[in-house]
Amino acid sequence: MGDLFGNLALGFSVALSLKNVALCFVGCMVGTLIGVLPGVGPIATIAMLLPITFGLDPVGALIMLAGIYYGAQYGGSTTAILVNIPGEATSVVTTLDGHEMAKQGRAGIALGIAAIASFFAGTVATLAIAALGAPLTRLALLFGAAEYFALMVMGLVFAVVLARGSLLKAVAMILVGLLLATVGTDLETGQERLTFGLEALSDGIDFAVLAMGLFGFAEILRNLDNPEARDVVRGKIGRLLPGPADLREAAKPVLRGTGLGALLGILPGNGAVLGPFASYTLEKRIAADPRRFGRGAIEGVAGPEAANNAGAQTSFIPLLTLGIPPNAVMALMVGAMTIHGVIPGPQVMTKNPDLFWGMIASMWIGNLMLLVINLPLVGLWVRLLKVPYRLLFPAILLFCCIGIYSINNSPSDVLFTAFFGLVGYALLKFGFEPAPLLLGFVLGRLMEEKLRQALVFSRGSFMTFVERPISLGLLLVALAMLVVALLPSVRRSREEVFTE
Amino acid sequence: MKRIIAASLVLLAALAGEARAQAYPNKPITMIVPFAAGGPTDVIARIVGEHMSRTLGQQVVIENVAGAGGTTGITRGARATPDGYTIMMGHMGTHGAAPALYPNLRYDPTKDFEPIGMAAGTPILVVSKKDFPATDLKSFIAALKERGDKVNEAHAGIASVSHTTCTMFLGMIGAKATRIAYRGTGPALNDLVAGQVDFGCDQIVNLVPQINAGTIKAYAIATPERSPALPNVPTTREAGLPDYQVSAWNAVFAPKNTPKDVVAKLNDALSRALDDEGTRKRLLDLGGVLPEKAERSGEWLGRFVASEVARWTPVLKAAGVTAE
Repeated sequence: MGDLFGNLALGFSVALSLKNVALCFVGCMVGTLIGVLPGVGPIATIAMLLPITFGLDPVGALIMLAGIYYGAQYGGSTTAILVNIPGEATSVVTTLDGHEMAKQGRAGIALGIAAIASFFAGTVATLAIAALGAPLTRLALLFGAAEYFALMVMGLVFAVVLARGSLLKAVAMILVGLLLATVGTDLETGQERLTFGLEALSDGIDFAVLAMGLFGFAEILRNLDNPEARDVVRGKIGRLLPGPADLREAAKPVLRGTGLGALLGILPGNGAVLGPFASYTLEKRIAADPRRFGRGAIEGVAGPEAANNAGAQTSFIPLLTLGIPPNAVMALMVGAMTIHGVIPGPQVMTKNPDLFWGMIASMWIGNLMLLVINLPLVGLWVRLLKVPYRLLFPAILLFCCIGIYSINNSPSDVLFTAFFGLVGYALLKFGFEPAPLLLGFVLGRLMEEKLRQALVFSRGSFMTFVERPISLGLLLVALAMLVVALLPSVRRSREEVFTE
Repeated sequence: MKRIIAASLVLLAALAGEARAQAYPNKPITMIVPFAAGGPTDVIARIVGEHMSRTLGQQVVIENVAGAGGTTGITRGARATPDGYTIMMGHMGTHGAAPALYPNLRYDPTKDFEPIGMAAGTPILVVSKKDFPATDLKSFIAALKERGDKVNEAHAGIASVSHTTCTMFLGMIGAKATRIAYRGTGPALNDLVAGQVDFGCDQIVNLVPQINAGTIKAYAIATPERSPALPNVPTTREAGLPDYQVSAWNAVFAPKNTPKDVVAKLNDALSRALDDEGTRKRLLDLGGVLPEKAERSGEWLGRFVASEVARWTPVLKAAGVTAE
């Protein structure tokens, strides 16, 4: 324990130098801004800003880039709440209740609670990394293909069990999501699947393309369909910051969300995306009145937002302690580190203690800054809702297009987003909700990869999933949830998770 | 008002005229990197590109166009206007293995480019999980031959560097392992460190910290000389598999018909970058192998690309690997 405080002291002495604080601030600010712009993601931004960091020392550069990452995670929630567009896979869930709150004139409260939940989760996750980073790493190594597949199955059961407003429609959407995830070149054989000979599809569909289309573009089409709905949002703007009652309601969901998110964030292969979904499912499951969910329940914003941010922090663990990036943004951080002459690996902690602990300390400082930057901005963001929609929607469309283009510098991605916008509009008209589809899509690709790996390892035996204890445990949890779902008493309470 | 507009138009025309008269380069140069940002090719392109910007007096902007094993970006680069403002970082995969892997490839690595020069290669290592029962390359190969497809190999997906180079390795030693595909080197390395898979082949950049920390075991490096980053790892020559010489090289290309003087300028800027102490150090720290003076010309690169295509095609055809 003495070690921990000594290390943290070292970390803060590095992170609190004037230059590093300034860099952290710049990173958080830039991250928040690009997070708020729909479609412009942290990957494109970090890649663009990499050359600027050439002149900096490695610690400062990485502090700034990390700031962009979690700033963007945070900013993405703002867009999700205000205009119903998830900037990242992790803010899909925030749209469900966050945007509903905005429609009821509680946008300020939603944004405020998101900021506070994120800060709390960030603080806890930072401490967790500092105290338990090394032992937690072993968890990442315990997760083989079979375990990962079982986890994904559990994720899908979340959606199936709780999305019962119309079970059939929800399942249909999940299956479409899984199907969309199979588009592209087969990993094992190199065969192209469902690409219709289009080169643009040979690497599959990008998450942002699908999400911007189904949520962003479709939402705009729907709003243009009935302008009255938008005026409701414009008319009512209530209190700007959450009051004590709101905080009380949000406290426990934030705690639970932090735990779930932090744990899932450590897993390799981007387990962090499951965090918000899991948190939302849990909150709705244990709520006294689940019908409030999807109609502006504050717990539905607080829990997932905490999970989202906790996961964003703990996903640094595999990178810092193992040198193995768990997702695309972290892979880019590896690149940034190597460019700066620090090759991330198991020895970073001992070889570059100032970098390791400096980054951890700066994460907490960054979270504090995000709170300081964002709370005063809430008023500004909420005022954005007052902008007449005829002016707002072209701007949103334009930023979406720029953002999507910037992902891979590919014009066809923009066209595909437009296509998915039409699909999303049609789905809305027929009463299908896009959230289960996105969950299926996010899980599908990993699920297929891990299923096939597990089966190759076992030489084709499905027994591998029940022979391995962690995998068996996860599958049992999934099964238990299904059984619970079949009991009539709970059936009624399952109704609206994803159908609202 | 009209007069102001007229005046600015005149000024604009004058500026445009001046710009045309100026020598190359007079605007930023785009370097297409056919892989995602953060990978080894991207890192090398950024390090080299930064120094080239200083020589050329114009920014070299990296544009990541990933997809289809790098061929998407190179296809776009091959079709760009050949004016020297679009160049690309080609790679062992895109300019060596691709013709065999992609039957419908829409460029010819030997014909559709003006080779500018070799940037840096990253050597390939053969590695296994740390408790694999073998002490050196010989006993490792013997174990592979004896246990055949009971041994699991991790690679980063069809057509990836770790896949093609291990295909060559397995073909050369005549062993059959069970090959397991991952989405990228990160997850593959994760399972290797965790001991879920037995072995793999990959670029040195990804492996150095793990080998030094003892989380994985290295048997040989596929270069003529040992790497200063890993002085204890023997070369394939020393370890008894001298024919396994392979490196994930990265080289700069321009589209066909780029003017000769532009190519010469770019070649000069690249060569200067490779002479710079700071740049050299950063590339060497990555475990990179830098070209000798004699290997820096465009002509040399052109011959090298032809020899790589000739070398990879039979290896991959024999293994029956395609990615279509």
